[in-house]
Amino acid sequence: MSIQVSKLPHANQKHVDRKIIKLAIMAVGGQGGGVLTNWIEKCASSNGYAVQATSVAGVAQRTGATIYYIEMLQTGIEKPVFALMPSAGDVDILIASEMAEAGRAIVRGFVTPERTTLIASTHRILAVAEKSVPGDGIMPTEEVETSAKAAAKRLINFDMEKIAVETGSVISASLYGALAGSKTLPFSRESFEAAIRSSDYGVEASLSAFSVAFEHVEKQEIKPTKEASQRVTPTYKAIGNAKLVADWQVLEAEVEKLPGVVQPTALLGLRKVVDFQDTKYGHTYLNRLVHITEYDDSTTEYRLSREAAKQIANAMAYDDVIRVADLKTRGERMIRIKQELGTNWNNGLKITEFLHPRAEEIVGMLPTKIGSFIEKRSGWMKLITRIFSKRLLVRTDTLKGFLLLYFLGGLRNFRRRSFRYSFEQTHINKWLSSALAYIPNDYELAVGVIRARRLIKGYADTHARGSSKYDRVLAGINLLSGRRDAFHWLQRLEESAMKDEHANNLNETLKKIRSVELL
Amino acid sequence: MAERSFSKEVQKLKLGEGELFTGEGILAITKALLECGVGYVGGYQGAPISHLMDVLADAEEILADLDVRFEANASESAAASMLSASVHYPIRGAVTFKGPVGVNVASDALANLSSSGVTGGALIIIGEDYGEGSSIMQERSHAFAMKSQLWMLDPRPNLPSIVNAVEQGFLLSEATNTPVMLMLGIRSCHVTGSFKTQNNKRPTLSVQDASAEPRKSFSRVVLPPMSFIQEQDKIKNRWPAAQSYIQKNRLNEFFGPSNSSIGIVLQGGMYNNLIRALQRLNLSDLYGNTKIPLYVLNVAYPLINNEFLEFCNDKDAVLVIEQGQPEFIEQAFGSMLFRADSKTKLYGKDLLPMAGEYTGDILMTGVTAFLKKTAPQLLPVKNSKSFSQEKYKSFPELSGNVPPRPPGFCIGCPERPIFSAMKLVEQELGSHQITGDIGCHLFASLPPFEIGGSTMGYGLGPASNAAFDGGGEKRSISILGDGGFWHNGLSSSIGNAVFNNSDSVIVIIDNFSSAATGGQDIPSSRSENTSKSTNHPIAKAVKGVGVNWVREINNTYKVEQIRKTLNEALTTKFKGPKVIIASSECMLNRQRREKPLIARSIRAQRRIEKTLFGVDPDICTGDYACIRLSGCPSLTLKKADDPLKDDPVASIDQNCVGCGNCGEVASSAMLCPSFYRADIIVNPSKFERFWLKLRQHVICWLQTNRQRHRLSFEEYTP
Repeated sequence: MSIQVSKLPHANQKHVDRKIIKLAIMAVGGQGGGVLTNWIEKCASSNGYAVQATSVAGVAQRTGATIYYIEMLQTGIEKPVFALMPSAGDVDILIASEMAEAGRAIVRGFVTPERTTLIASTHRILAVAEKSVPGDGIMPTEEVETSAKAAAKRLINFDMEKIAVETGSVISASLYGALAGSKTLPFSRESFEAAIRSSDYGVEASLSAFSVAFEHVEKQEIKPTKEASQRVTPTYKAIGNAKLVADWQVLEAEVEKLPGVVQPTALLGLRKVVDFQDTKYGHTYLNRLVHITEYDDSTTEYRLSREAAKQIANAMAYDDVIRVADLKTRGERMIRIKQELGTNWNNGLKITEFLHPRAEEIVGMLPTKIGSFIEKRSGWMKLITRIFSKRLLVRTDTLKGFLLLYFLGGLRNFRRRSFRYSFEQTHINKWLSSALAYIPNDYELAVGVIRARRLIKGYADTHARGSSKYDRVLAGINLLSGRRDAFHWLQRLEESAMKDEHANNLNETLKKIRSVELL
Repeated sequence: MAERSFSKEVQKLKLGEGELFTGEGILAITKALLECGVGYVGGYQGAPISHLMDVLADAEEILADLDVRFEANASESAAASMLSASVHYPIRGAVTFKGPVGVNVASDALANLSSSGVTGGALIIIGEDYGEGSSIMQERSHAFAMKSQLWMLDPRPNLPSIVNAVEQGFLLSEATNTPVMLMLGIRSCHVTGSFKTQNNKRPTLSVQDASAEPRKSFSRVVLPPMSFIQEQDKIKNRWPAAQSYIQKNRLNEFFGPSNSSIGIVLQGGMYNNLIRALQRLNLSDLYGNTKIPLYVLNVAYPLINNEFLEFCNDKDAVLVIEQGQPEFIEQAFGSMLFRADSKTKLYGKDLLPMAGEYTGDILMTGVTAFLKKTAPQLLPVKNSKSFSQEKYKSFPELSGNVPPRPPGFCIGCPERPIFSAMKLVEQELGSHQITGDIGCHLFASLPPFEIGGSTMGYGLGPASNAAFDGGGEKRSISILGDGGFWHNGLSSSIGNAVFNNSDSVIVIIDNFSSAATGGQDIPSSRSENTSKSTNHPIAKAVKGVGVNWVREINNTYKVEQIRKTLNEALTTKFKGPKVIIASSECMLNRQRREKPLIARSIRAQRRIEKTLFGVDPDICTGDYACIRLSGCPSLTLKKADDPLKDDPVASIDQNCVGCGNCGEVASSAMLCPSFYRADIIVNPSKFERFWLKLRQHVICWLQTNRQRHRLSFEEYTP
């Protein structure tokens, strides 16, 4: 028997110039990548192209990173052989549905300077790994942007998610619009739109997202717009009651006496504490800050003072029941919520607050003496815990719920006499004096102590965990005092304290510091 | 109701002689089955062939018109058992499930079926879940074909080839009395394309007619001495018959020049990506006209000795492209060449990786290495087209900027609050020995939950805790989904826990469907299914097999209730298995059902309420304890408006479906008061609008009044 070779269409001159267009979509499950793939496929096929799409279905795709892949070729009756998945260095158009996926495409070699048009939305969908770190775990996109510029033959990069949200559509439509607008596929705008029109639902919204994105690409090509604007520190003007404004101006004048580099932060801090309590509290803030600046000078660019201006304000504007109730009953909050929800004033709105104060928070509201009396007695604390064992669902759109929180927010005038207030002030004073104790020998450690206050945040258990981390970091800093490698260890200490929920890393670092000390 | 509806697409199944079908692989397979006069179909869902089950379910009417029986089988094993209809009757049957895990489950029935042999064509369509996008352990179904002596087709991944493989599969099965597996890769199942159709055929003998005249023959029963005879029959008759059929009908294909000193042998499924690699090396044109001879194994098992030896006859070297491990095909070829005293050198896994998917890049590297050794003159002088990693080293290193993004619970998933509650219980009572099962709930083993450390198989969650179920200081916990429960869990896991008096806690997660595979109905589904009997409560079944401690939670979003129930189960004095059934509908299914209804109501000016959740950014302190107890894609972070805040704050994006988990968790774990629920009342009645406005006025007055006693700050540009 002889081998019979299967017949294939013969290559002729006509085919030589033709090239398969290879398009990959890197998306996150649930973004509508399948819909986008269908549109592109339909559009190509209506233009007489042979086209093949592949995708991965199933559980692996649920909210995870996934790739859709399309190949197309202008062709007659003969069928080209299309690949099932993209190869590094062999992609003409890469659509990335958010910035980290663009990064993933670059890492995998799907974006190359000779041929790839990269169409990427600049927004981010944060992965669990980024969101669950206690500190700021968001991976920076600047490097992805730099790489994208270097790696792509052409880069089309703007916030397509925003366009989708604004037009009431989903990102697949604006990505499709950007693809059409890029003119990398030899199809008319009408044929792109025709594919959307053949969808079952959401046609109008999809078309409008499509057209906004389409035109955005055209505009961007003519005059590249700079999207990333530098974040300017806003300037504020106090308004309201004349006497209060006058008080504020006195405070402002005080701020102007501070070193220039400290002033902007001091002003923000001042605003925060005045908003939290009153102008008198603002004086307390400034007194504390001025005291710090006396230990500081321009050779260190007032780093200690600048950090203190921020941290003291945050520490003084601590989160208690009064503040939460106050913030939840302000008029500007309602305006913000309505804006965020995109609802108009004709619609009604019910707002339910999920509250569950612990005994500590309740006791914190009591007058100092009573509070400290109860706090030391576990039986009393247990009783209070039992009384408040049920969470409170408060409807702040109803008068009853609103008045409850309004009343609690009104306790602001009583705050100075509360147990929590005296506790916090003592803590702040202790913190500041322990920081100043490191000056002048260990300036960096003093800054470290000031910065460590950042660890104390949140409510209830989180607050307790943060406080204990803070205590341990301070103990660690104490061990470092006078050591030559203090700065190096301080950084490690801060990093491990920030990134770890259960402080395992922190304990490890502390252990290391102790063992090194023994040597 | 399944995730994807094919009700429109299945109309294509009615296409007749000479028409053009355009669509996905799974639909093409269904069409091919009908063209082949199949008598019954069935299977069990699982990626990548879940949608084939959905197509069959949506095509039930069309199938019934043709006297084709469709059964949604209980498991892969049940599906393979159904093929026993083809043992005695000349009826063609086809079932589908995923490989290799589905084949694992089915292997008992498949082995018996193979030993008995078949009269009517029996086709098993396997979606091989291997490589990128796979959700299971990486193994090969190939081994099952070898051990049971059933044949395996691995056609080139394009619609005409796949359709042809269905037809040839039946013919091969009948010609050799052996069941045939038709294997498709992940992306082949959903590859799109077109092919010329034929008329659908009714089965020559329908299952109804067959059961009216029962047949049997003890020679087909797997019992001694027949089992010994059957083994001999496999080797002496069925195998040679298969080889001769495959060769005669040219199921394997040859491409490229007929004389060359080298050649490549490949599995059919590898064809497209290999051609791409050859195209990039200038060794093939766009249509697959290659400069290197190819021997394409559309039949991966059995191999045809003389076909292969003849291919090697004039060649100095041959490369075998065989994805997956171990390299069964390459080993067999090696032995063939050795026995034939051949001079041809065999390359394969020495140039290509032993393990892992053969992507376009890997194939190109492998082929290049092969050519360098055997025919360097064929390689392009300057390999300009190939991608060189070296060139791009100047890019900043990005791997640190690309977070891993494994699959996880969807927005509003009803399973999330169950695991939030479990994490809270863990904080209270310490960690427990926990096993997972197969299904969406296995995502709980990933961050942020990290609950459960093993998964042994579908419905085997509780069974895999058996060693720990004797009791002790801390009870073991196991998870079981409703899909796994009906697949195998009721008997293997629950029934046997009762039998062994196991002192364990079993959490059954009931989302009204087989959600992970695409929302197919199962016996406990709450939907009304026209052709299936649904609404059989899991609790009834659990009690029926003897569990006396059963708690039902009919709203999984009640984190506090789940926490209390779990706490009770872990601490009660009750001996014996403690079963908690937590039920809420899969959010994907629910949204699919409710979204159009809501849209319609809004258009019709009817009053409805839309629920969303939000975070007050000035109250959020940015420690993300809420995120670590949720992981909801919609609960994310944003830069704080307050410039004094170092860290971003939590924020809920517009994809929120208002399931309420974040608020429940925040208050249940006493995290923080920043969450709020917003119910937007669209189209309120006139009176309601009046009342709302009045209330709003009073609140506004109070707010203005307080504001008068404090400063406001207005942004301005100096």
